Amino acid sequence: MTGSFLQDFGGMYLNALLVTLRISAWGILIAFVIGFIASLIQYYKIPVVRQIFAVYIELSRNTPLLIQLFFLYYGLPKLGIVLDREVTAIIGIAFLGGSYMAEAFRSSLESIDSAQIQSALSLGMTPSQVFFHVLFPQAMAISVPPLVANVIFLIKESSVVSAIALADLMYVAKDLIGLYYNTGEALLMLVICYLIILLPVSILGSIIERRLRYAGFGI
Amino acid sequence: MEKDIQLKAEKIIKKFGDDTILNGIDLEVHKGEVVVVLGPSGCGKSTLLRCLNGLESIQGGSITVDNQVLDTKNTKALTELRQKVGMVFQSYDLFPNKTVLGNVIMAPTLVAKRSKEEAIKEAHTLLDRVGLWDKRDAYPRQLSGGQKQRVAIVRALMMHPEVMLFDEVTAALDPEMVREVLDVMLELADQGLTMVIVTHEMSFARAIADRIIFMDQGNVVEENTPDAFFTSPESERAQQFLQTFSFDKKKK
Amino acid sequence: MLDSGFKILFQGQNFNRLLEGLWVTIRISLISVLLSMILGTLFGMFMTLPNRITRWISRFYLEFVRIMPQLVLLYILYFGVAHAMGWNIPAEFASILMLVIWGTAEMGDLVRNALISIPKHQYESAAALGMTKRDTYLHVILPQTFTRLLPPAMNLITRMIKTTSLIYLIGIVEVLKVGQQIIDANRMQYPNGSLWVYAAIFFLYFIICWPISLLSKYLEKRWK
Repeated sequence: MTGSFLQDFGGMYLNALLVTLRISAWGILIAFVIGFIASLIQYYKIPVVRQIFAVYIELSRNTPLLIQLFFLYYGLPKLGIVLDREVTAIIGIAFLGGSYMAEAFRSSLESIDSAQIQSALSLGMTPSQVFFHVLFPQAMAISVPPLVANVIFLIKESSVVSAIALADLMYVAKDLIGLYYNTGEALLMLVICYLIILLPVSILGSIIERRLRYAGFGI
Repeated sequence: MEKDIQLKAEKIIKKFGDDTILNGIDLEVHKGEVVVVLGPSGCGKSTLLRCLNGLESIQGGSITVDNQVLDTKNTKALTELRQKVGMVFQSYDLFPNKTVLGNVIMAPTLVAKRSKEEAIKEAHTLLDRVGLWDKRDAYPRQLSGGQKQRVAIVRALMMHPEVMLFDEVTAALDPEMVREVLDVMLELADQGLTMVIVTHEMSFARAIADRIIFMDQGNVVEENTPDAFFTSPESERAQQFLQTFSFDKKKK
Repeated sequence: MLDSGFKILFQGQNFNRLLEGLWVTIRISLISVLLSMILGTLFGMFMTLPNRITRWISRFYLEFVRIMPQLVLLYILYFGVAHAMGWNIPAEFASILMLVIWGTAEMGDLVRNALISIPKHQYESAAALGMTKRDTYLHVILPQTFTRLLPPAMNLITRMIKTTSLIYLIGIVEVLKVGQQIIDANRMQYPNGSLWVYAAIFFLYFIICWPISLLSKYLEKRWK
């Protein structure tokens, strides 16, 4: 990579990196909240709301983010709902991610032996004490690997927000490819930027996973 | 005598769908008494224990602990009542995310709102008695089955229950570990703890029981003293049952 | 106006055109899925070879392909390779190439996991019966991995179909592009067209992916 490329366009990439990080972080945060609530609703089998969330999960998991974004950004204004690009991207990532997080939390909760709940109850704990002191800490630990996988997946998915003209990493790279014919540098820089974001998450994830497996409290 | 009754079940009926598991069971357990429930697998003895602790709802009859009627619909009353009835399960079910000490002091501090210092002090005494104070900082996965089960017993005792229910607590253990758990239970019986025990260890049942209840197909078939039950059972069903535990080698 | 907006879908040839656009997506998906399943199975077996170098190479390939967004891979193939080699790669070819490179890595990982989950004594008892390596794989190992593999492989298929939507971004005229054309052409008559057209495309994807997901879940439960 030539030094001048970095000099000329480094700032653009830095800004784009921040856009990618910002929309991913907000989207993932909201996805966590949605996923957590949805998993509780499914785990405790709360009627009606549960069916609504089941429909949401299926819709979200079986459609591409790109189409979800187009509907949000170009379709919804016709109903009078006009969203800012960045808000659209965040909603899109949260909508997609919520269902993935929900499945991760739910399957962790379900993997905990019901005997754990019963022995906690037999000690006189209330259902909410059972949840916060027995179920939740165990489920969190079990769900770390799938949650990290989801975080990586969502950051990767965020690359399609360039389609609604949000100036993320992909958008800047494509811009440079089109304008200056610095294709090689533009792509290399793109790869490096994604590695800067994703490698630490991936490495951290595998460290935590190994810890949980070997030194944690596996049975 | 009526005042002495710690736990009373009257005509309890338990159904899973169309299957009747308990078909009108009557049971009275007096203060300081050790009742052992025997019977072939599937006779409903484990279900009976789970009903006594409110882990299963019942479709008929009533359960009274300390003159208080057990109502599985009333969560608040149920959690209070469960503090009087301790239970130990076959699969130990220690909380894997807590150390031995953490497991043992969790319910006293959380449910009974006792101070941590006091809970640890009592845990020290009880864990010492089962020989596991040294293991207080170990996690459950680092313990043997017998050790886990002794911790589970201490965990239940920490709530000062008036009755303890033991559901086949040695069934999942290796033979050489059965003894250490049964010894703990014998000691508890000597100290006058009220207990209801479901077990397959016949000689242990005979040694510890004040009274034997024999169940088959959801009914109490026989109620007897341990000596009478094991030497001359009244019911034919109990005779058959006891025969399955003796072996004769045909010698030429 | 809004309630009659859905008529844009049935105006003239509009719906047929959408379906034709969808077929472009599906065709590219199907070709890529098929190639990925075959190459992925081979790659999965390759990954289990007891050789340091092959393991290192396959590990690098797998990790790189997995950590990069699929859109980045597509750009590298479509813009990067074309630029570096001076070729002009057709967009459709680049799309299939990206999907196969990614799909093979994902499929390979599934196959490897299924293979190493087969107990060692299965290999050993086949060997003890005098079976060749090829026969062992063909008649003992692969049939056993099949039931373990099918549910996650079907899940991968839905992921690949969804990922195929990215080809819009390198200019292929597929369902989304056709949708845009329809919206543009009917702008005057149906100002609310975009709401209905994008909703329709959303549901078209759903109708294709959902049954596959359901079947995958069903099989997973049944074979557990």
